[in-house]
Amino acid sequence: MCPLIPNGIISSGWDFVIAIILGMAFGFILEASGFSSARNIVGVFYGYNFVVLRVFFTALIVAMVGLLYFDYFGWLDLSKIFILPTYLTPMIIGGVVMGVGFIMGGFCPGTSFTAVAIGKIDGIVFTIGLYFGIFIFSEAFPLFGDFYTSGDLGNVTITDATGIPASWVAMGFTVVALAAFWGTMFVEKRVRKNMTEYKF
Amino acid sequence: MNKELATNKEPKYINPYLGGVLLGLLVLITVLITGRGLGASGAIKSTVVATAHVFSPEQVKSNAYMGKFISDDHSPMYTWLVFETIGIFLGGLLSGVVFGRVKKFRTDHSPRITSRTRLIFALIGGMLFGIGSQFGRGCTSGAALSGTATFALGGVVVMFAIFGTGYAVAYFFRKLWI
Repeated sequence: MCPLIPNGIISSGWDFVIAIILGMAFGFILEASGFSSARNIVGVFYGYNFVVLRVFFTALIVAMVGLLYFDYFGWLDLSKIFILPTYLTPMIIGGVVMGVGFIMGGFCPGTSFTAVAIGKIDGIVFTIGLYFGIFIFSEAFPLFGDFYTSGDLGNVTITDATGIPASWVAMGFTVVALAAFWGTMFVEKRVRKNMTEYKF
Repeated sequence: MNKELATNKEPKYINPYLGGVLLGLLVLITVLITGRGLGASGAIKSTVVATAHVFSPEQVKSNAYMGKFISDDHSPMYTWLVFETIGIFLGGLLSGVVFGRVKKFRTDHSPRITSRTRLIFALIGGMLFGIGSQFGRGCTSGAALSGTATFALGGVVVMFAIFGTGYAVAYFFRKLWI
């Protein structure tokens, strides 16, 4: 039955209406969780605010387990969903560059849009930076075009690559997430004691 | 600091685990409806291609990267992620209005740095995130969250690379935040 649009159950004419509605829910959740403030976000790297870890890991395990249930009951054709392709080295390098950008800029793209929405100048400047970054990448593309497509493993899942069944992967993430939720509670308490200038 | 005062000034955010469950359900619903997850950096890429196309259409068509996103029958802005991103903005605005956070233009920064420093780093950080997201085939939303949630190997790779690097370099940029 699912996915509904690729299976023709919902007409693709609704695509963009659905895009705006899902996007609105996304933006609302990000903003309401406090991601329109860069200082809330980077707290995860300094131990004074683990909201990113809590929201991100909870979302991850809810979505993973949900997909597995839909697959188990036969409501979702997993072969019809998009699996992000893996280009190993470029994606590691890309992730490293994003990691440095994350610490310096304090946002990631989705969160910066919600910061723009509530009037944060740092969010606006970060978004302008994104634009220039992608522009520079496009213009310089011939220089590293070969690298960009190197390490192509295709649209592989963790199960394809490692042989670990998807349910075990979800289980693993869940256990690690719960342990992290518990452990970071104590770290946060300790670190916050020494911070006075930050309003929570 | 007076504890009560601090509590009064506390911004009203939803419980992070509630936010996480809602976000997880949203990713799930998005995959169930559209067959793929959420994204964010893709819309900026479309904007880059679209604006470059206005100024120098020939150059964009011949550019090995941007040329891939040009089609004769519709604008590069006519993509799912652009509409979704308009939604992100509207949803953020709605939440900001509901919780009283839509105020005059302002900048968040550590008291140890000036707004100017914060903005310079925000610009550089944005540029790096933009460049990295192209190599990563997506950012924190499209690759790390939606990719990993759909069990894609690439999603996990990007997720660990982003957060691992964040922790590795956090020390050098601590003055910006704490």
